[in-house]
Amino acid sequence: MTAITLDAQEKSHPEVHSEVKTTTCYMCACRCGINVHLRNGEVRYIEGNPNHPLNQGVICAKGASGIMKQYSPARLTQPLRRKAGAKRGDAEFETISWDEAFRVMEERLAHLRATDPKKFALFTGRDQMQALTGLFARQFGTPNYAAHGGFCSVNMAAGMIYTIGGSFWEFGGPDLERAKLFVMLGTAEDHHSNPLKIALSKFKRSGGKFISINPVRTGYSAIADEWIPIRPGTDGALLLALNAELVREKLYDESFVAEYTNAGYLVNDDPQSPQYGLTVANGNTPADNPHRNHSQLWWDAGINAAASNHAPGCKPALSGRYELPDGTPVRPAFALLTERLEQYTPEWAAEITGISAERIRKLAREMGEIACNQKITLPLPWTDSWGRKHDTITGNPVAFHAMRGLAAHSNGFQTIRSLSILMSLLGTIDRPGGFRHKAPYPRGTPPVYARNPFTPDAVKPNTPLGGAPLGFPSSPEELFVDETGGPIRIDKAFSWEYPLAVHGMMHNVIANAWRGDPYRIDTLFIFMANMAWNSSMNTTETRRMLNDRDENGEYKIPFIIVCDAFESEMTAYADLILPDTTYLERHDVMSMLDRPISEFDGPVDSVRVPILPPKGECKPFQEVLIELASRLKFPAFTNADGTRKYRDYPDFIVNFQTEPNSGQGFLIGYRGENGDKAMVGAPNPKQWEMYAKNNCVFQHRLPPEHTYMRNWNQGYNDWAVAAKMRRFGDPVMIQLYAEVLQRFRLAARGHGKRQPPAHLKDRIEKYFDPLPFYYEPLEVSVSDKQKYPLAAITQRPMAMYHSWDSQNAWLRQIHTHNYLFINNKTAIAADIEDGGWMWVESMHGKVRCMARYSEAVEPGTVWTWNAIGKARGAWHLDADANESQRGFLLNHLISEELPNADTASGRMSNSDPLTGQAGWYDVRVRVYPAAADEAKESWPQFDAMKPLPGSSKLQRLWHAFVAGKEQKAEETR
Amino acid sequence: MTQLALVIDLNVCVGCHACVTSCKEWNTSGVAGSLSDENPYGKDPSGTFFNRVQTFEVGTFPDTQTVHFPKSCLHCEDPPCVPVCPTGASYKRESDGLVLIDYDKCIGCKYCAWACPYGVRELDENQKVMKKCTMCVDRINDTSLADEQRKPACVLACPTNARLYGDIHDPESIVSKAIRENGGYQLMPEWETKPANHYLPRRSASAIDNELSSKVEQQRPNSLRATDASSKP
Amino acid sequence: MNPAFSVIFLTTLIGAGQGLFLALVAVECGLIGSALATGTALLVRGDAIALLLLVAGLIASFFHLGHPERAWRAVAMWRTSWLSREVIVLPVFMAVVALHGWGHYAGVNLASALGITGVVLCFALFYITAMNYVCIKFLQEWATPLTIVNYTLLGCASGFTLATALAAAMEPSLAPAIARWALILTLAAAASRIASLVRNAGLRPKSTLQSAIGIPHPRIVQKSQGFMGSSFNTREFFHGKTRQVVQGAKWGFLLLAFVMPVMLLTLADAERNGAIAIATFVIQYVGLLAERWFFFAQARHPQNLYYQATS
Ligand SMILES: Nc1nc2c(c(=O)[nH]1)N[C@H]1C(S)=C(S)[C@@H](COP(=O)(O)OP(=O)(O)OC[C@H]3O[C@@H](n4cnc5c(=O)[nH]c(N)nc54)[C@H](O)[C@@H]3O)O[C@H]1N2
Ligand SMILES: Nc1nc2c(c(=O)[nH]1)N[C@H]1C(S)=C(S)[C@@H](COP(=O)(O)OP(=O)(O)OC[C@H]3O[C@@H](n4cnc5c(=O)[nH]c(N)nc54)[C@H](O)[C@@H]3O)O[C@H]1N2
Ligand code: SF4
Ligand code: SF4
Ligand code: SF4
Ligand code: SF4
Ligand code: SF4
Ligand SMILES: [Mo]
Repeated sequence: MTAITLDAQEKSHPEVHSEVKTTTCYMCACRCGINVHLRNGEVRYIEGNPNHPLNQGVICAKGASGIMKQYSPARLTQPLRRKAGAKRGDAEFETISWDEAFRVMEERLAHLRATDPKKFALFTGRDQMQALTGLFARQFGTPNYAAHGGFCSVNMAAGMIYTIGGSFWEFGGPDLERAKLFVMLGTAEDHHSNPLKIALSKFKRSGGKFISINPVRTGYSAIADEWIPIRPGTDGALLLALNAELVREKLYDESFVAEYTNAGYLVNDDPQSPQYGLTVANGNTPADNPHRNHSQLWWDAGINAAASNHAPGCKPALSGRYELPDGTPVRPAFALLTERLEQYTPEWAAEITGISAERIRKLAREMGEIACNQKITLPLPWTDSWGRKHDTITGNPVAFHAMRGLAAHSNGFQTIRSLSILMSLLGTIDRPGGFRHKAPYPRGTPPVYARNPFTPDAVKPNTPLGGAPLGFPSSPEELFVDETGGPIRIDKAFSWEYPLAVHGMMHNVIANAWRGDPYRIDTLFIFMANMAWNSSMNTTETRRMLNDRDENGEYKIPFIIVCDAFESEMTAYADLILPDTTYLERHDVMSMLDRPISEFDGPVDSVRVPILPPKGECKPFQEVLIELASRLKFPAFTNADGTRKYRDYPDFIVNFQTEPNSGQGFLIGYRGENGDKAMVGAPNPKQWEMYAKNNCVFQHRLPPEHTYMRNWNQGYNDWAVAAKMRRFGDPVMIQLYAEVLQRFRLAARGHGKRQPPAHLKDRIEKYFDPLPFYYEPLEVSVSDKQKYPLAAITQRPMAMYHSWDSQNAWLRQIHTHNYLFINNKTAIAADIEDGGWMWVESMHGKVRCMARYSEAVEPGTVWTWNAIGKARGAWHLDADANESQRGFLLNHLISEELPNADTASGRMSNSDPLTGQAGWYDVRVRVYPAAADEAKESWPQFDAMKPLPGSSKLQRLWHAFVAGKEQKAEETR
Repeated sequence: MTQLALVIDLNVCVGCHACVTSCKEWNTSGVAGSLSDENPYGKDPSGTFFNRVQTFEVGTFPDTQTVHFPKSCLHCEDPPCVPVCPTGASYKRESDGLVLIDYDKCIGCKYCAWACPYGVRELDENQKVMKKCTMCVDRINDTSLADEQRKPACVLACPTNARLYGDIHDPESIVSKAIRENGGYQLMPEWETKPANHYLPRRSASAIDNELSSKVEQQRPNSLRATDASSKP
Repeated sequence: MNPAFSVIFLTTLIGAGQGLFLALVAVECGLIGSALATGTALLVRGDAIALLLLVAGLIASFFHLGHPERAWRAVAMWRTSWLSREVIVLPVFMAVVALHGWGHYAGVNLASALGITGVVLCFALFYITAMNYVCIKFLQEWATPLTIVNYTLLGCASGFTLATALAAAMEPSLAPAIARWALILTLAAAASRIASLVRNAGLRPKSTLQSAIGIPHPRIVQKSQGFMGSSFNTREFFHGKTRQVVQGAKWGFLLLAFVMPVMLLTLADAERNGAIAIATFVIQYVGLLAERWFFFAQARHPQNLYYQATS
């Protein structure tokens, strides 16, 4: 111990600063730049990198605890194989060599690939390397690939992309630098967390007003100037009423709506026509995107006749009924919208949402008045998609942000469409002070850069998949179904059940594979997802399915490979465990082909470089994929002479191009032989070094006139095509009226080549409404609301990342276990004491937990922190650790399937009927106190998981971390 | 004379705990370390931290505020913890007003902790000496660091810039201005400990409404403007 | 506060030792009873026992320290620290007690003079010990002159009760007089201790959640203290006992430290029966342990406002 009075000691610590390396954090998916200080080869300090565009020097609780992840005793260090005879879930493993592990995988996968590639399923969790995993699956030839998006926020992505061509989350966000009013819905602590915190603080300090709409006041909402509590699942009603008020009060941006949305497009109004509800194409003008016809009709009020859209001097009518020369009755899309909105009065919404009609009116007025009266004008000349020149760019400074509070409901897609429409009516799309896109977005509504296959013959032995595993269907013809309309993917994405499941449906995989519906698979490969715990619904049942065998004693899911870095609950169910490195030990890219870290003013991508050598036998999953792809001789990974194309992952990143000599690769920075090209260019062997020298990031700033109005900004779109961010430079029209949905609806009405199976016709008819509407979430509609009066939801805690931080000695002290938060009044009425043990019960299951009173939750809602509760013994925690004894998982109450009398099976997925988004926040519960004589521990409990071979055997009583002094004072008990 | 202090802006603190773990991280391997943890992977884990972020609910539904409240040693100008220390291990530095502990002298009698009304001193149960926030003396005085890095770890970490750092005796410092212009206040003034650290209150919703509706570009006080030097580089 | 047994034993043991020493000097000076009938044996053995109690108290105090080997450093800050002063005065007093006893044993003349010095030191020690608690002004239960009076009277009462037992065994003629004083001191201690109970019952904490976090709102509730396992601040300042236990300690110490000794001293002829006299002391001492436990437990530290809830 040293006295801190010693001035010499205090003033200079050469050994502390001896080595500082730069890389990118991965304690969560925000991907901040970090400086890692080392002392004698051990991590001394991790701080935010002040020169990084994303976090500008700041860090978060998780990021600053990276040391405890690196030195966690829960780390896997060796490949492991389930012991012969041991049951899944018992966590009985033997160590094997990588050679052996690769041999096992190669043999198995080669066989599947040569026989039936569908039998291999690759699903990945909270990773951000879908460009590589997706490529791997496609090259393998299996359609059964997806990442976490389906159970995460696909509604947000799809709802917004199908409407405005971009979305919140990684692809766009609120321009808080210029906004005056900021309205946040259903967000606790999301992906862009540090940047949003930086922006929120600046926003508040410069006088902006921050309103949060959320049943619960935690997270960012804590510093909201106004909190509007809302009943879960009802935002659709609120948003529709707001839209209606804006239209009624004429507080919307009429010229923006007329010019930049499909409001003026004429829609066929003949119910008998197979074109009913579709916009009328103006066949004469050539299309600039073969997948999308931009030649439509407006009704020119001046000449009282139909005219081409955006015809010079023409202003479209936004109301009325007209007849085309051929006799077709038509109406402007906006007239349909206006008519639809009429019924949505504040009084109607007040009933549903619990927000007073008066408050709804006030909110609408507040938004509308700021948007209309406090406009921002920037002196930036630009040219629009129709060749018209503008001297300035205008903005209406009302910004929004929303996340899973809207997305994770089975009515989320339509709710998010309502939000997108609201933002569009206010004229805030890609304009100053409103919503701003981030490269590679905007893309089409929907985009065409990735296209899933449409027919079963896309899956062939020893052949890459005939299409991307995931895409954006824009009509029934683009579903991935067989001749009978049945699903081809194991998760049933892109089938008639979930036509717009653009992120796949990871939450259906285990149940479907177990049931053999639509078919049995052989190998399930899980990367970075804890499907035996927090990312599956109905967790107890899921664990049973993972362990279930058929009559012959064969596991129903025959082989499970898990690549993880820690002793998660999932690893216990693996047949083969691949120990991954930590983020400080590997190369990694945040690719423009995937989810980069772009800023409003241009594309940004970034990399990780290893700071430390891998621990034990750990191997980056990236290397595992490259090795497997090479061994299996995937075309993209094999030279013409059959030899291996890429030495390793870094080599792959440098040299891979999307097409021969396309110049487009995983990274946009330092391309070209000398590294002087951005976006597109020949491979540069020095690319990694150049990134490493530049804080591991590459930022390309667009000229300011290309950073707004990008949906219709010709200059920008020309550049985007050249930079290969878009395939076509056509305008991205806002779909106030969602014609795509109408195409599905027409199919349900018996039009077109592909029609839904009979049992799904009504479902498609109902939910594929081209105009926004509100419906009760599916689970709510099949729940006994008398019996289960409360909504139960979760929140992200800022100091924990899903399930994976309980092995972190510092973070787990902040969240050691969790309570169920319940409004004082609700709790008292139910006789539940503050801190007392209680039961929460849904129609699917029940959980015993502890109560915490709260005045910051709407009385009809209860909530808890997400994924704090753990299975006993998992994560290398002691069997009596609080996480398992007092912590609990809400997932036990939620089911991936709901009872539904209308379907043949009597059940339906607990998912949004359009996108397949998991309906996490729809569950209804009742609460009651636990009896005095019951055990004071959470329920359900599971047998303690044993530590896995290769992980630390020390049971530490003390831990005191001191880097690089060989005196990591540790005492064992 | 200099009195270094932190000023914490409750108006923007989101309760993220970045200041908590970055403090632990910086200090555990530094001159104030190590900061030990007991039962790190077992039941009731517990450890030494210099800074904690607490949460309070103010008001009743629906008029509820969730207030996140970070708290570390307030470096009182009249610190009751110092005179009681029998060994002189706890002392207040003339030069910069910091209240510090010399671990080599500390006998672990805990008396200073009893004498601190704020509950910010923590005995390291493994090393048995009293510990608390040092204002990162080994950062702020480390001349080998770049100027903008010579700030406490928690201040650099804070994503909302809710933690301002400076000399409250210098009326021109950013902290003095922030206190002046935003109604900065001290904790438990009733004990006349004169905490150097101050807190800035939440602003009221009506104040913003007035600001927004009076379309004049009303600006917030200068010391906290987004463009001010206090914000992140 | 969470009562620390080291401190409970320290203060009660040295208090009894101090009281005993005072009784001895009073006897020596003829303030109590007539002259010693059997020579100085009572003084010598009495000093030895007093010293034993003081040493035991000192040893107990070491258990309070994280680094007892550095205890010597504690003398440094006598200018400001009552604890430092205690650390200085206690050994000096012990030395005087030892010398006093040795003086009487060896028949050295100075012994009486030492007795007077000892008395001064003894009162100083009572004062200093109490001031350790009195000086923490936000521990409102402690920050009152009554604390000084209590420490002094409680120490004296237990010391005189012990002296009664000693006298009963060795100098029976003196026992009734000492017992009378033990009774008077016990009653006085009871009065002042009850006075402080009454005072404390009416205390309103100056610090509130409002002043603790600086938000003037009538309804503030902590939801999270920032960590969930525990910390020094939750272990050191919370006794974690139920109200019943605390109330039990209160009634227990009133009974054991005051009511029973008074009854035994008045009714049971304690001064004539050595066994009863010893029992009286033991009962009173146990009562004082409870009193001291309660003394700590009752003190509401304002820091506790910050550590109310986990979530
Ligand atoms: N620290 C940390 N950061 C994370 C994560 C983490 O685990 N930890 N996870 C990351 C991941 S994978 C994701 S997907 C994002 C998610 O980021 P968020 O979407 O912010 O996360 P959730 O906690 O799901 O927040 C949902 C919020 O919506 C509210 N809510 C629920 N139902 C409704 C409703 O019907 N209406 C409204 N208006 N609000 C509702 C909830 O109260 C909650 O505040 O966060 C990412 N960031
Ligand atoms: N009740 C409820 N359930 C939810 C949600 C909710 O809001 N409420 N949110 C849902 C959402 S949005 C999401 S995204 C999911 C997230 O759920 P998951 O995708 O299951 O995410 P994690 O819990 O983060 O677990 C991922 C796994 O990655 C492992 N891991 C960590 N670092 C590495 C690494 O570097 N390499 C490898 N190979 N593995 C690593 C961890 O050990 C862990 O086993 O949860 C969903 N589940
Ligand atoms: S927000 Fe995420 S990426 Fe950024 S520092 Fe925190 S954990 Fe790391
Ligand atoms: S880092 Fe800043 S925002 Fe986060 S809890 Fe600390 S003070 Fe608050
Ligand atoms: S906050 Fe407590 S420890 Fe810090 S100086 Fe003030 S009294 Fe001393
Ligand atoms: S614990 Fe250490 S610093 Fe505190 S009073 Fe005792 S010796 Fe002084
Ligand atoms: S100033 Fe330094 S020691 Fe004090 S709380 Fe901040 S990081 Fe911790
Ligand atoms: Mo997610």
